[in-house]
Amino acid sequence: MEERPAGEDAAGLAPDAVDEALERSRAIRESVAVGVATAIYGISFGALSVAAGLDVWQTVFLSLVMFTGGSQFALVGVLAAGGAAAGGSAIATAAMLGIRNVVYGMRMKPLVGGRPARNVLAAWITIDESTAVALAQKLPGNARLGFWLTGAIVFVGWNLTTLAGALIGDAMGDTRAWGLDAAAGAAFLGLLWPRLKRFQAGAVAVGAAVVAAIVMPFVMPGLPVLIAALVALLVGWFNLFDRRRRA
Amino acid sequence: MTTWHLILIASAATLALKLGGYLVPVGFLERERPARIADLLTVALLAALIVVQTLGAGQALVVDARVPALIVAAALYAIRAPFIVAVAAAAVVAAAIRAFG
Repeated sequence: MEERPAGEDAAGLAPDAVDEALERSRAIRESVAVGVATAIYGISFGALSVAAGLDVWQTVFLSLVMFTGGSQFALVGVLAAGGAAAGGSAIATAAMLGIRNVVYGMRMKPLVGGRPARNVLAAWITIDESTAVALAQKLPGNARLGFWLTGAIVFVGWNLTTLAGALIGDAMGDTRAWGLDAAAGAAFLGLLWPRLKRFQAGAVAVGAAVVAAIVMPFVMPGLPVLIAALVALLVGWFNLFDRRRRA
Repeated sequence: MTTWHLILIASAATLALKLGGYLVPVGFLERERPARIADLLTVALLAALIVVQTLGAGQALVVDARVPALIVAAALYAIRAPFIVAVAAAAVVAAAIRAFG
């Protein structure tokens, strides 16, 4: 029997075999659903990356090695806006968006970590989706299953759809006529949307958007995003706009 | 700096961050303040990227077909449409406005 956290079964019922089989199949279903849904939008990354001026190989490399959607979209987004001159800002933005993966890694390490080779493999597929599916499971065994299965499905799917998207983008020619520049904003909004459940996050989003718009005419392309990041630092440090404290 | 340099440096940085979570022994970022800042950092960067992608034209602020496209995408996310549907719809809206506008 799997070790359950204390207090999990208030009624004192031992989880029987049927329960465990159900929990396990639920973990598999969630992994496949999240994995496939995420993998599909690799197609938009592939197309946007080529539209930003990267070639097909560079685009594919990012999905294979960087393999964290937010940072990938950010890198090509900043390059699209500012060109090679914004290179430093592009790297900084991609790296800062990758900081949350450190937190995910710390949470996943006790569950899926092990020998160095295993840690590298686990780290490689430590992303929003694999972590979320793992943390949604009650049993540690299913959390491990959810992590590896979701990560594997997203990795394979994301890379295949990235290649497809890059080839499509390459064939499109004038990507602006196809509205791909507008699709970039919609992609960032899609990544942001599930993070806006708390009031504090909403306040930071609005503040950062306003700051970016205000400074845009005065600084080099790429820098507005980095300057707007200061809003997160300020609000996060002093824990401003935290509605939970008063609740 | 060539595009390949950029890609290699950025990829090395993000991969190192992922590995960092598994190598650092005690969870510095598990403490409340760093964890909160890391969370909010993601939100701020994404919000700023939306503005830059939707209103930016070099250093100028421009209102064009990208704005209605973003509004349509927001409406679709609000009714829980999948990511790829909202992104594709935004592209279609912008393309249509430019073609017929």
